Amino acid sequence: MEHIDHLPFIVASYAAAFAVVGALIVWVTLDYRVQRRTLARLESRGVTRRSAAMRSEPTMQQAKEEV
Amino acid sequence: MTLTELANPSRFLAFANRALPWLGGMTVIAFAFGLDMAMNAPNDYQQGATVKIMYLHVPSAWLGMLGWALMSVAALGTLVWRHPLADVAAKAAAPIGAAFTLLCLVTGSLWGRPEWGTYWVWDARLTSELVLFLLYLGVIALWRTVEDPSRAARAAAILTLVGAIDLPIIKFSVDWWNTLHQGSSVFRLGGSTIYPTILIPLLVMALAFTLLFATLHLAAMRNEILRRRVRTFRLMQASAAS
Repeated sequence: MEHIDHLPFIVASYAAAFAVVGALIVWVTLDYRVQRRTLARLESRGVTRRSAAMRSEPTMQQAKEEV
Repeated sequence: MTLTELANPSRFLAFANRALPWLGGMTVIAFAFGLDMAMNAPNDYQQGATVKIMYLHVPSAWLGMLGWALMSVAALGTLVWRHPLADVAAKAAAPIGAAFTLLCLVTGSLWGRPEWGTYWVWDARLTSELVLFLLYLGVIALWRTVEDPSRAARAAAILTLVGAIDLPIIKFSVDWWNTLHQGSSVFRLGGSTIYPTILIPLLVMALAFTLLFATLHLAAMRNEILRRRVRTFRLMQASAAS
């Protein structure tokens, strides 16, 4: 096998890169799941955005048009 | 889709959900090419095989600085234009920029030990890069300390703009002071001093890291918008209960 100078330093650098990038990916993925789950729990308790709540109820103008 | 349209968080979430799989896929492909080219690139006549560390170190350094530059533009967006997503963009970029700056410092140390005989020297380039990492930690701590999001956003924006002074110091430190760190060798007047067999893998790795940064940043922005929606819901729930 070919001898590579300072191999432990090269391996350590790539291991550090995999660790840092891996940690970032795990953080972003887990954070997304946590926020989605929390939002779903709150929505199941009937908490909704005012804009969404307003959209679900017809405005006076829409009500007039329907009539 | 224009920037103004993306200012609507719901539209931005829809855009992020559509763009993320494509960005993720492009990142994986770019890394597959970049790592293959980096592993098969010839050794440097001076550094030997340790030049392979440069394929990680140089892109990390660029992205650490790019992260702060992006946050500085977002800080202007927060303070001047009051763009609703400016603070979201800045807050999402901070941990990613910090991680890349840390990676730059770690890989630089691991390269320095065999090449310079030491893991660390207090030279201008290394010290200004360390200052950038500390600035990232400071701005992250500030966002976590101030409870009111709009006050936290303004304070973080001011700190970000003050900290932006470090970017030209990092870039030109090797010209202004006599440093152990080598001078600019990629982006310089008169062209790159790096031979193409090493330069091309380096640029492909830089592209891969940039795509990774963009993917992570978009995903982190999506998370931040959802976090703010959770906060609003909780406040609404609390006010309804009282």
